[in-house]
Amino acid sequence: MVRLLTHNMLQCHVKNCTNGFPLRFQDPVIEQHEQEINKEFLVNMLPRIDWNALRTTVDQLGLPELPAAVPENPAEDEAFLAALHRALMEVNIQSGSMVCPECEHVYPIRDGIPNMLLSEDEV
Amino acid sequence: MSRPEHTAPPEIFYNDIEAEKYTQNTRIINVQAQLTYRALELLALPDDKTSFLLDIGCGSGLSGEVLSEEGHEWIGVDIAPAMLDVANEREVDGDLFLQDIGQGFGFRPGTFDGAISISVIQWLCNADKKCNNPYRRLARFFGTLYTSLARGARAVFQFYPENDHQVQMITSAALKAGFTGGIVVDYPNSAKARKTFLCLFAGQRDGQTQALPQGLSGEEGGMAGGIQFESRRVDDRASVRKGKRKGIKDKEWIQNKKEQMRKKGDKKVANDSKFTGRKRRPKF
Repeated sequence: MVRLLTHNMLQCHVKNCTNGFPLRFQDPVIEQHEQEINKEFLVNMLPRIDWNALRTTVDQLGLPELPAAVPENPAEDEAFLAALHRALMEVNIQSGSMVCPECEHVYPIRDGIPNMLLSEDEV
Repeated sequence: MSRPEHTAPPEIFYNDIEAEKYTQNTRIINVQAQLTYRALELLALPDDKTSFLLDIGCGSGLSGEVLSEEGHEWIGVDIAPAMLDVANEREVDGDLFLQDIGQGFGFRPGTFDGAISISVIQWLCNADKKCNNPYRRLARFFGTLYTSLARGARAVFQFYPENDHQVQMITSAALKAGFTGGIVVDYPNSAKARKTFLCLFAGQRDGQTQALPQGLSGEEGGMAGGIQFESRRVDDRASVRKGKRKGIKDKEWIQNKKEQMRKKGDKKVANDSKFTGRKRRPKF
């Protein structure tokens, strides 16, 4: 499974590809897995998340929209955290592929496991 | 001791059979869990906080289960598809990636609070393909790992070094990538219980240089739970010497064989009696 949390941390690692973020989903098959919300973890992860990239991806997948910016005090904004949890932790991409926006390298996803192997000339 | 990395590259060695072994053999499971707990201890993560960890060479997710149990979120990478399939079947909590760690990681800078790896990095010292250069692969591995860790995070690798040269090769690649730290050896005086950990720090924590943790010492039975080695074979031999070994061709075996022959029906088979399968006296 590829959660959007993981996807947000992922960039293309082909040699000489400098701007491979965020990876674009192609023919994604989406599944929702309910999970218990861990607010503290979400708040801790917030500074590491690229908000614009997350919004673009959510938009691309046709999921409910996220607010334009992170609220000033996210730890106390229950509704915001719930929406964030749904998007980051509960959305799973089961199959399809991820494409680098710069070098167009395709990372196929099979059974929820992305294949990140590169060929020798890409290392 | 046989070394699997001499047999075949990891993606071939860890096939379906080997993957199944890893999930059904309770000894392997216990050893993996113990090593993971020790690695977590060496990571020294802040208490009562969910951390975001990377499991390098996660295999069938045995160490990942320990991480989930301890309340951490994790991502696992492995090169063997068969092992990942098993992990998938077991419905582990972490996200899985099929990745060759020698090709480096594609994670954004500062992603992880820590990284663990159980019995993996010795594989990187082998050149399985003509185009593989162990030095370059180690450099790329540690380089990309260093950037993907948050400042002050630690990475702990348990591994089985083949010789001193390997240890030196791995540590020098890690230090060149910017890590500090070094080797921690548990139970250095015991051949069986000795475990080697490479404990690396990605920068300072709270503005202080991190000190290398102490390795465990003492009796080799010190490892909690007490699995050290397989002694079944040794026991077998000992019992032969004492003449206690159970005969293979016992009464049950003989009766079974006779029954088979009767069903076949091409020979006359003696009737069963109270003497069937009985031992003759020495004075016969």
